[in-house]
Amino acid sequence: MNDVLTESRPIRLKGRSFLALALTPELPLEDWLTRLDHLASRSAGFFLRRPVVLDVDGLDIDRSQLRELVDQLGKRNVRIMGIEGARQSLLGADLPPAMNDGRPAADYEAKMAEQAEKAEAPEAEATAAAAAVITAEPLATKATPSLVVTQPVRSGQSLFFPEGDVTIIGSVASGAEVVAGGSIHIYGALRGRAMAGTTGNASARIFCRKLEAELIAIDGFYKTADDMEQNLRGKSVQIWLDGEALKAGALG
Amino acid sequence: MGKVVVVTSGKGGVGKTTSSAALGAALAQNGDKVVVVDFDVGLRNLDLVMGAERRVVYDLVNVIQGEAKLSQALIRDKRLETLFLLPASQTRDKDNLTPEGVEKVIAALQSAFDWVICDSPAGIERGATLAMRHADIAIVVTNPEVSSVRDSDRIIGLLDSKTLKAENGERMEKHLLLTRYDPVRAERGDMLKVDDVLEILSIPLMGIIPESADVLRASNVGSPVTLADTRSAPALAYFEAARRLKGEALPINIPGEKRSFLGKIFGRKAA
Repeated sequence: MNDVLTESRPIRLKGRSFLALALTPELPLEDWLTRLDHLASRSAGFFLRRPVVLDVDGLDIDRSQLRELVDQLGKRNVRIMGIEGARQSLLGADLPPAMNDGRPAADYEAKMAEQAEKAEAPEAEATAAAAAVITAEPLATKATPSLVVTQPVRSGQSLFFPEGDVTIIGSVASGAEVVAGGSIHIYGALRGRAMAGTTGNASARIFCRKLEAELIAIDGFYKTADDMEQNLRGKSVQIWLDGEALKAGALG
Repeated sequence: MGKVVVVTSGKGGVGKTTSSAALGAALAQNGDKVVVVDFDVGLRNLDLVMGAERRVVYDLVNVIQGEAKLSQALIRDKRLETLFLLPASQTRDKDNLTPEGVEKVIAALQSAFDWVICDSPAGIERGATLAMRHADIAIVVTNPEVSSVRDSDRIIGLLDSKTLKAENGERMEKHLLLTRYDPVRAERGDMLKVDDVLEILSIPLMGIIPESADVLRASNVGSPVTLADTRSAPALAYFEAARRLKGEALPINIPGEKRSFLGKIFGRKAA
């Protein structure tokens, strides 16, 4: 029974990034809240229905103060979706979840920081920042960035690049994973996991010199090693999405 | 300034301690001043393999915690003037290793020795990361089988990200030491072949140590294999590996592939 269900319609899990306003409170908090009120009085409903992240990095407050701050913001209709830069001990079940840029592959960090900074302007320029947020969207779609990695991706490493294509000159080891918003090109053996088009890009493809993958996925549709055509193992292969089916074909 | 070498693998039981002792003894026989440091706090073995277990008074943890001087903890080998051992503690646990303490000890050893060989514990936790932290050169010990190769791959990733060299943007020099290699079983397909391992790990090979009873015999009598039986096949392989560590470019013989001329004529008997 279970088998039949999992085979016909697998659950689709996709990575997606959203743009959020990041609020950076300053000490003393009462003064900062007063300034925030002042800003809100000038532009009513500024924070209404916007996703807001609280950035408390370097802020010297304890757990009860943080809870108080979140409550105070809640009273002003600022709903906090996550807290960034907080120590684990500061957070609890009654507080919004921790947000750390979510990308385990710190080694291969790329571009995201710029966008975050735009939304992170001091509160006096918050209206200007809001304008920047709005213009940031067309900016992001203007050029498709790409990431080129010139060394092998080792077991246990995770390469996360939601912005676009990833090219790896080297192999992806068993137990390693590559997650890209666009296509994935591997000039070497793919022995780990490759997930392309995770931000909803069904036209993304996966290319590799030697297919020995543990798992491949495009736009949330995946196949494990056992489900792949065995005659393509060890070959140069490209993988693409045809409707809701993953297709694979030999290259060259 | 001496070179700091970490002998690491991720997986346990692949031959880190045996290799640390054998390479240390091989380098010391050339007259280099060598210290082998056991980082496996709580599960020390290096003292046994080097035959110094009855001479341990102070250990690495004592030195780090200021309970003993470095010179009190160092044990000179009875057979080789220039070979020293810094044992690990058997009664404490790895939490007693502090980054600052390790840094101090390594710096002191580096100024007094030509080679500081750090025998890393298995795993990727504190002991292993501290052992690799200050290294100039890493020797990745791998057996020709899939789980060992994957763990080594993981360790190489850590060497490239979690060491001081990596954090300073430099490249860590890495060598692969393939141990317990059995040419007959590799030929049969029971073991990974040398090329397969090299293809997966893509770091330079510094030696292939054949699977041999000599290794076990040597550790049972408490002697590095390069001291116990200098003519044995594993000892010769370790001597060559030590020369490559010093920068010599020697061609590598893959055991089993230098089959005799007659063997070639009369076909593949081993297969």
